[in-house]
Amino acid sequence: MKIKEVVELLNARVVSGQDQLDAEVEYAFASDLMSDVLTIETDNLLLLTGLANLQTIRTAEMSDITKIIFVRKKKATDEMIRLAAENDMILIECDYSMFKSSGILFKSGVKPVY
Amino acid sequence: MHFEFHVEGGNFSKAGSASSQLKKILKQLNVDPRVIKRVVVALYEAEVNIVAHAYQGIIYIDIDTEKIEIRLIDEGPGIEDIELAMQQGYSTASPEVREMGFGAGMGLPNIKNNSDRMSITSQVGKGTTVEIITFLNN
Repeated sequence: MKIKEVVELLNARVVSGQDQLDAEVEYAFASDLMSDVLTIETDNLLLLTGLANLQTIRTAEMSDITKIIFVRKKKATDEMIRLAAENDMILIECDYSMFKSSGILFKSGVKPVY
Repeated sequence: MHFEFHVEGGNFSKAGSASSQLKKILKQLNVDPRVIKRVVVALYEAEVNIVAHAYQGIIYIDIDTEKIEIRLIDEGPGIEDIELAMQQGYSTASPEVREMGFGAGMGLPNIKNNSDRMSITSQVGKGTTVEIITFLNN
């Protein structure tokens, strides 16, 4: 599935990385715990999280994650957007809960890591 | 090649900047992306540990054709029981650290998983040294 389809399905907004809407998504992981995200070895991962701070972006950078969805109206700050842009990431904001967002993507064929 | 980075305890806005710089250096050196991910995840965990627990620290990195050797030396409270600290789920992290998405007692075991050799020495009241070695041709 392309990331632009993910944006449509979740009725979401892209706040950084508009140029990457055609990127493919195969796997997703949903967590607020960055320690957990750092243990994942799967490549090309979409991260759904309710944790919106600079360490979310740093964790993604180290884990080679370039697609992040902030659920439940969490907002990316200007500093997060700047760091994400430096690392060619796409940041998406979504009003749906973590459960609803994950459910919609799972039903649409995005695969779980475990 | 030798690099040094200073890490400030408690400053979460800068946490990860050394790991980020190492990632850029390793990319420029054309190191295998899988190796880069392991090294920077291990370093990032250890860097966050200094920010979360210590007053300050220095990261020394040496890269040669065979390996990447990282030493993180901090001034801080030290670790009383290293074996206990290495256990999955054990943490002494503050609520502030947990709010940043860490402090679940997963960092030290994850450093071990993402390195070829890891060692910790610590003196209570003085500080902790973590050594992480990753071989390039494994």
